[in-house]
Amino acid sequence: MQHTRNQDTLVGLFVASGIAGLFFLAMHVSNLSSFTDEDSYTITAKFENSGGLKVKSPVSAAGVKIGKVTAITFDPKTYKSVVQLSINSKYNTLPDDTTASVFTAGLLGEQYVNLEPGGSDTYLKKGGEIEITQSAIILEKAIGQFLFKSAAEEKK
Amino acid sequence: MDFIENLGSGTRAGFNKLGRGTHFLIQIFSGVISVLLRPRLLLKQMYSVGVMSFLIITISGLFVGMVLGLQGYYTLSDFGAEETLGVMVAASLVRELGPVVSALLFAGRAGSALTAEIGLMKATEQLSGMEMMAIDPVKRIVTPRFLAGLISMPLLAGLFSAVGIMGGQIVGCGLLGVDEGAYWAQMQSNIDFYDDIINGVIKSIVFGFVTSWIALFEGYDSIPTSEGVSRATTRTVVNSAFTILGLDFILTALMFGDH
Repeated sequence: MQHTRNQDTLVGLFVASGIAGLFFLAMHVSNLSSFTDEDSYTITAKFENSGGLKVKSPVSAAGVKIGKVTAITFDPKTYKSVVQLSINSKYNTLPDDTTASVFTAGLLGEQYVNLEPGGSDTYLKKGGEIEITQSAIILEKAIGQFLFKSAAEEKK
Repeated sequence: MDFIENLGSGTRAGFNKLGRGTHFLIQIFSGVISVLLRPRLLLKQMYSVGVMSFLIITISGLFVGMVLGLQGYYTLSDFGAEETLGVMVAASLVRELGPVVSALLFAGRAGSALTAEIGLMKATEQLSGMEMMAIDPVKRIVTPRFLAGLISMPLLAGLFSAVGIMGGQIVGCGLLGVDEGAYWAQMQSNIDFYDDIINGVIKSIVFGFVTSWIALFEGYDSIPTSEGVSRATTRTVVNSAFTILGLDFILTALMFGDH
């Protein structure tokens, strides 16, 4: 009887540690812990060019993550990219003249939306739109402009 | 002419075996309820299949994670991207190495033992003896082992990945000086719960199913001599490895294809 009791304990320990391993993967390794869809509100921003921005890309203000991109669509009338930002309800005091820009984290890093608050007294509400936007910097464009500029200077 | 004849008989034998294997699987399933009513049978097999594989899985996981940490660091530091080491280690473990390597180890450690055990039971006519006593040997002997393999495999794969990620952290952050915060933060922002972790668990369940099935069938179908049992054990390991790697390719293409 003692023998089976020991076996039971070991099987119990094994199952517990296996579940603990899976739990560790879920909570500590994946994005599940940051997935808790707390109260959030959606605002939109129209960019000339949203570059390599993707759904789930982070939205940050002053370097702190405050939300994420939930949808990116193309507006066939204005030829702009309409980006929906889901912002955590804790941060509901963004002024309505906030600037949204697409930045790149590091040289090869992922792209994210950076919000820079303005000085207005009225706040952005649910469904509001950010008026002032700055497009993603397209590397090819920048290089092209640089080459063009240096060629023009050489001619002088 | 001989070649055509061999091809024909080989194909026939292959289909014959596949049919017997499927019939055997149906028999296993028909015993599931009676095993669940007697959980002690299952518990005993969980001990010999799961607990006994615990050590080899955790130690291998630790070393695989440590090697990934080293190799990943050397390659990534060429691009100045050491911070993404956590993503690399976690993604390769959770998506591929965790399920696949633990399944291969499981086939070697537990699968071969299952085949040898059942094969010897057959050779010593214990299975026939049970039938004489009107006990269905598949229900009594095989189904508990099958269920134990099916339950143990995802747990072992999860352990393997978890221990591996910690091993990568020990090497990356402890020895090579990657920032610990970056290691975890990059990992958490890039590993998706549904796309990566759940798919990895599904993979390991499929591998557990296939490995246990092959091991038990080879044992049950073996020629009841010492040579036959030894051949069956070899076949278990070889066929399990082929099946795991082949299925892994198909599952990966299905799961991660649309990215």
